[in-house]
Amino acid sequence: MLAFLARRLLATIPVLLIVAVLVFLMLRLTPGDPAAVLAGDAASPDQIAQIRTTLGLDRSIPEQFFIWFGHLLTGDLGQSYYYKTEVTTLIAQRLEPTLSLAVITITIAVLVAVPLGVLAAWRFGGWLDRALMAFSVLGFSVPVFVLAYVLIWLVSLKLGWLPVQGYKRFADGPGTWLYHLVLPALTLSVIYVALIARVTRASVLETLGEDYIRTARAKGLPENKVLLRHALANAAVPIATVIGIGIALLIGGVVVTESVYAIPGLGRLTVDAVLARDFPTIQGVILFFSFVYVLVNLLVDLSYVFFDPRIRY
Amino acid sequence: MNLTRRLLPTAALTAAALAALSLAPAALAQEKVLRVVPHSNLAVLDPIWTTAYMSRNHGYMIYDTLFGTDENGKVKPQMVESWSETPDKRLWTFKLRKGLEFHDGKPVTGEDVIASLQRWGKRDAMGSALMQFVQRMDTPAPDTFRIFLSEANGFMLEALGKPSSNVPFIMPKRIADTDPFKQIEEHIGSGPYVFKREEFKPGDKAVYTKFAKYVPRSEPPSGSTGGKRVYVDRVEWNLALRDAQAQVSALQKGEVDVIEALPFDHYETVKRDGSLQIPKYSNYGLQYMARFNHLHKPFDNPKVRQAVIAAFNQEAFLRAQVGVKDLYKACGSMFICGSPYGSLAGSDLQMKSNMKKAQDLLKASGYDGTPIVVMKPTDLASIQKLPDVAAQLLRQAGFKVDLQAMDWQTLVGRRAKKDAPEKGGWHMFLTAWQAFDVWSPIANPTTDTRGEKSTWFGWATDDKLAQVRNEFMRATDDAQKKKLADQMHARMFEIGTHATLGEYSQPMAARKNISGFFITNGNIYWNLKKD
Repeated sequence: MLAFLARRLLATIPVLLIVAVLVFLMLRLTPGDPAAVLAGDAASPDQIAQIRTTLGLDRSIPEQFFIWFGHLLTGDLGQSYYYKTEVTTLIAQRLEPTLSLAVITITIAVLVAVPLGVLAAWRFGGWLDRALMAFSVLGFSVPVFVLAYVLIWLVSLKLGWLPVQGYKRFADGPGTWLYHLVLPALTLSVIYVALIARVTRASVLETLGEDYIRTARAKGLPENKVLLRHALANAAVPIATVIGIGIALLIGGVVVTESVYAIPGLGRLTVDAVLARDFPTIQGVILFFSFVYVLVNLLVDLSYVFFDPRIRY
Repeated sequence: MNLTRRLLPTAALTAAALAALSLAPAALAQEKVLRVVPHSNLAVLDPIWTTAYMSRNHGYMIYDTLFGTDENGKVKPQMVESWSETPDKRLWTFKLRKGLEFHDGKPVTGEDVIASLQRWGKRDAMGSALMQFVQRMDTPAPDTFRIFLSEANGFMLEALGKPSSNVPFIMPKRIADTDPFKQIEEHIGSGPYVFKREEFKPGDKAVYTKFAKYVPRSEPPSGSTGGKRVYVDRVEWNLALRDAQAQVSALQKGEVDVIEALPFDHYETVKRDGSLQIPKYSNYGLQYMARFNHLHKPFDNPKVRQAVIAAFNQEAFLRAQVGVKDLYKACGSMFICGSPYGSLAGSDLQMKSNMKKAQDLLKASGYDGTPIVVMKPTDLASIQKLPDVAAQLLRQAGFKVDLQAMDWQTLVGRRAKKDAPEKGGWHMFLTAWQAFDVWSPIANPTTDTRGEKSTWFGWATDDKLAQVRNEFMRATDDAQKKKLADQMHARMFEIGTHATLGEYSQPMAARKNISGFFITNGNIYWNLKKD
C-alpha cells in the first residue's frame, strides 16, 4: 500500500510539469495583453509599453518561462499582475468559500441521492423509480443559473428565508456561514443528486441481481440489511468514483453559482484572472486544480480498498 | 391531509432553523453601512498609474483634489482656499485651506501637492500637456505652492480640477515620490474616507470608513466640488456580486443599497418597484464612439472616414444598445451636447446625413473593397451590440465587413497594435466614454492628431487640427477658447477623426431609504444618508 502511495505521489510530478508547460505556453500564444488591461481604457500605447516592461512581458517567452519556473521550484507561484498580491495568498483566500460550498453541496447530494438511488433500484419500475428518473433528467437539463434565479425568487424574495447573495467566513460563526451557503449549495446539489442517484440506482440494481443477494434473502435477512449491507456495500465502488469526480469538479470552480450568489471562490478568481490576462494567477490556479484532481483521484482509488476488500495495492 | 399534517412540523422546524441562522447577521448591523455594488471590479489601487474608472472612484473616496468641476462643468476650488495669478499668467500662487490633514495625522503641505502634481504630470495626458508649460514649482510657505510657467496657458485650472482619469489626487510626498511607472504601496489621502487596507479582499470587497477629521467645504456638493459631508460610518463595495439579475434581487431584498450601473434591461423593473429609486446623478452621461485606424487603408483616406460618419445613424446604435428612450439622445457634438465646449460645428455630415449620401461619398472615395475589420467585444454588455449595428450600416453603405468577435481584453490588447489589419491589426472598434473624459478639447483623446505619436489608438494625423489645439492650449480668453473649440470640432468632422454615436445615461439604482444624491458625473459616495 505504501509503495502504491509513493508511486502515485511521484506520478503527480510529471503531470504537474506537463500542465505547467502547457498552461504557460497556451497563455502566451492566445491573444490579449495584460498590460493593456491594467493600463485602463484611456491609456496611451506608450503607457501600455511601460507596463509591459515592468511586468517583464517584453522578454522572450523562454526567458519568461525559466524565470517563472525557477520561482515555481521554490514554491513561489508569483504575484498577480492584477491584484498585486501573491498568488498563493489569493488561492488561500478563495479556498475556504469554494471548499465550504463543495462540502455542503456534496453532503446534501450524498444524503439525498444515495438513499433515493437505493430505493429506486429496490422498487425498480415503480413510481419512485420513475419519479427519480424524471428528476434526474430535469436536474441535468435545467441550467444552474435558471435554477438559481428561481430559488432566489422563491426562497429569498418571496419567502424571505435566506439571503440572495454573499458569503460569510466560518470564523464569523457557523450559523452565519451556513445561512449564506444553504441556497447556493441547494442550487448546485440538484445536478449532483441527479448524477449520484442515477449511478447508485444502476449500480445497486446490478448487485440486486447477484446470487449472494438471493442467498441473503433466502437466509431470511431483513430487506433493509439486504439493501444496505449487501447491495449498497457491493455497489459502492462506482458511487465513490462519481462522488470523487463531483468533489474535484466542485473544487475546480463553479463559476456560474459563485457569480450569481456572489461567492468569492476559486471559480470566480479563475474567470477574473482569465478576463484580465493575469498570467501568474491563471498558471497558479490551474496548477492547483491539477493537484486537487490528482489528489482526489488518489483518495478515490484508496477508498476502493475500504469498500471492496478484494482490491489490494 | 395526512401528508400536510406530517409536513407542517417539518416546515415549521425548517423556518425556525433558518430564522435562528439569520440572527447572527442581524445582530451585526449596528453601524450605518452603505453597501454599494460598483460597476466593475477594483484591482489597481493607484489612480495615477491606471486610467480605470474603478481606480478613479477609489481615488475619490480617499484623496482630495486641489480643484473640482461642478455639475455645470465649472472649475471651483476644493483643497485650495485662494489663488492668484500675475497679469501675464505665468506665475500662479495657491494657498491651501486650513485643517487639511492626511489619514496618518500629518498636515497637507505644498510639498505634498508639488510631488503629487509631478507624478500625475508624468502619467496623465492633460497633466503632461500642463507640464510642458511648467518651468518650476515651489513652496514659499507650508500651506502655499507656486507654479511658474514658461508661457501663459488657458487650462491651468481645468487641468488641476480635471474630474476624470487621471484625476490629480493629492497624496503625501513620500507616497507621491513613487516612480510614476510603479504602483503605490500605501493608500493614504486626505479625502473624506479612509481605505481599510486590511479589509480589502480583491474580487470580494473594499471597505472605506468615515475620516472623522475631514473638514468639508461649506458649499453644497456639486460634481466633484463643494462640501464632502459623510453621513455613514462605512461604505462597503461588494466586488463579488457581478450577476445583474442577482444584483437587482439583492437590492430588492435590501441586502445592498446602491447599484452603480443598473443594466438597461432592469430599468423598468426597478422603476416600478416602490421600495427602489433611480436617482439622477449626472447631467451629461456617456458618449458612444467608433474609432478608425488612420494608419491603414481604407481609413487612411478621409473621404472613406466621412462615408462611415455619414452612414452611422446614431438612433440605430442607441436604440439597439440602450433601448430605453428616456436614457439616450442623439447628439452631434464630439465635446458633449450642453457642455462648456459643446459644439455642433461641422456635425451636419452625420446629423443631417443618410445612407444615400454615405454611398455617394464611398463611391467618390475610390474604396477598393478592402474588408473592414470591426472588433466586437462579446463580454461587455454595455457596448456589445454596437459593432453589429456598425457592421450592418457599413454593409448598407457599400463596405465589405469582417466582424471579428473577441473578449474585451483581447480587443484592448489588439487595438494597441499598429500592424496592418490582415496581420493582426484592426480597422475599427467601438467604445464608450464618460462625458468628462471627452468634453475638453485637450483631454479628449481623439483631438491628438500627431500620427503615431498620438496618445490614443487610431493615430490620426492632421497638422491643422494639431495647430488649432496648440492655440487652444495657449488661449486664456474664454470667448477665444470657445471659438477655437468650434474650429477644432469642425475640423474633426472634416477629417473624420472618429464617429460619435450618441449620448446616454447609465442609470443607477438605490433603495428608497438612501437620500442625498447629487449631480456628480461619476460614482461618488459623500453626502448620502441612510435612514
